[in-house]
Amino acid sequence: MRLTEHEQAMLDGKEGPAKQKAMDLLVRYGEALGAERLVDTNNVSSSVSASSPVMREFAAKHGGGFDAIFSEFNLDSAETVKIPKIETHACQLIQAVDPDHWQTQGISRERYELNKESEEYSGSIGIQLLSTCTPYQVGNVPVKGEICAWMESSAVVYINSVLGARTNCEGKESTGAAMLTGKIPYWGYHIDENRLGTDLVEVEIEMETMEDWGLLGYYIGEMIGDRVPVINGIKGTPDHNMLKHFGAAASSSGGIEMYHMPGITADASTVEEAFGNNKPKTVIKYGKAERQQAYELLNHSAKDKEVDFIMLGCPHASLEQLWDICKLLDGRKINGNTDVWIFTPRALRQVADRSGYTKIIQDAGAKLMSDTCPAIGQILPEGTKVVATDSAKQAHYLPAIMGIQTWFGSLEDCINAAITGKWREY
Amino acid sequence: MNKIILRGRKVVGGCSEGEALVTRDTISGWGGINPQNGKIIELRHELYNQSFKDKVLVFPGAKGSSGWSAFFHAARLAGAAPKAMIYNITTSKSALGAVVTHAPTVTDLEQDPLDIIETGDWVKVDADNGIVEITKRQGNQRSSSSEDIKEQVSH
Repeated sequence: MRLTEHEQAMLDGKEGPAKQKAMDLLVRYGEALGAERLVDTNNVSSSVSASSPVMREFAAKHGGGFDAIFSEFNLDSAETVKIPKIETHACQLIQAVDPDHWQTQGISRERYELNKESEEYSGSIGIQLLSTCTPYQVGNVPVKGEICAWMESSAVVYINSVLGARTNCEGKESTGAAMLTGKIPYWGYHIDENRLGTDLVEVEIEMETMEDWGLLGYYIGEMIGDRVPVINGIKGTPDHNMLKHFGAAASSSGGIEMYHMPGITADASTVEEAFGNNKPKTVIKYGKAERQQAYELLNHSAKDKEVDFIMLGCPHASLEQLWDICKLLDGRKINGNTDVWIFTPRALRQVADRSGYTKIIQDAGAKLMSDTCPAIGQILPEGTKVVATDSAKQAHYLPAIMGIQTWFGSLEDCINAAITGKWREY
Repeated sequence: MNKIILRGRKVVGGCSEGEALVTRDTISGWGGINPQNGKIIELRHELYNQSFKDKVLVFPGAKGSSGWSAFFHAARLAGAAPKAMIYNITTSKSALGAVVTHAPTVTDLEQDPLDIIETGDWVKVDADNGIVEITKRQGNQRSSSSEDIKEQVSH
């Protein structure tokens, strides 16, 4: 890789050991990618939380507290280096603990305390504690063309496609190095030609509900893997919630990090512009049969109709989604055998509190939480065997991560299950 | 027995050998593997409940969450990492994951390793020189000599 004078100086340790380790990781990573150089970035979304007992044990063994954890888990450095204040703007993504609901979530006091200390550490080096998988819902909205270094597959696909920002799907180590140096390998979706469409999807049915968008995303991820689909035939304009669900689904069943909906998403206004000089590798149609196939894939783990737990808010819910939930819950009570946990960014939870949404949710017997989710925090109400969710992403991951049956359906299906305790028997 | 030699590009340097574990399914890190024992946990995965610990993992590429590297990183710290890796599609997930796993890794092989390597074959990955050396396990018949491969490729 070609390095600038400044990059070489950092690699040579002239700006201290933390930047030296960061540059070492970026060079190893850049070479693994086949990148020719690094590029500047000032927008990093990362995961610096150190809330697991495994990490505390690790830190204790290496005698360095949180610097030891950052060195190993965010820089791939076995040697503990002192971490200075970071160079770039950076925010914390979703983490494992909700500091306000840890007891309900079955989190131990030890883990709660560790999370608190970890947050203090992250804040002290300059990381914004947004603690959400959707920084773009709470102020970090990159502009078209902005080079970013973001983790979180659902956020990566959103800012690349909907906003036209430029990021690859980074990891804990590369974002740790990026926030210390302001550098990331110049590769992949930073480069014009890699953002062009590769496959054409002809949508032949109406896309109306959030469920429709989750299913379309899940099907496309399954079929297209990690290429760049161009989705044609969308009538009307989906809102940001629909595109959030669509991208999260597509990046779970597959590895979609970039897509085009010509005229809707940022990079292209026509199908021709989306493909540039590329010829579509495949042309797939999406009709009723394909929608049904995606539905069956998502529900493959579910058998029992008795539902213990309803999970809403993956990716973290917007205020509009919270209000839609409120309208369905207002004046009703959820079943005594069912728990309902709804997840939103902590910044939006404050607005929900002040707007009276939280009270409507609580009065119905549901809970509004933030900062985490069942899959990330590995948290469930005690004794949960069967979960229902309106999120294709959560339905994809929960059976594997938590070993529970998972139903996927519409928000209305989920709320009805919350009231009756049964899936789709009404 | 004849050895098959394939050439490719170094991702992570070093040289290591072991028994191959091969899949045509892409792999998720977070939500796809258990880093404590190296087992694949995704229910619909071809390798469900099989462990890559101390194996040479041969796979098409990475999918899913950006926690890919963190989970392979954790597998290394738990002593459950693969001995070496061979993949086809370079993404930021697979590249960073290989880097932090510290396992010799190659990609961009001259022929598709998924057509040639089968689970149980003995595979040496000399990543520094970009060389993969395959010894077929008895009973694995897909290709027993380089002539067969050439034949296969020409069809």
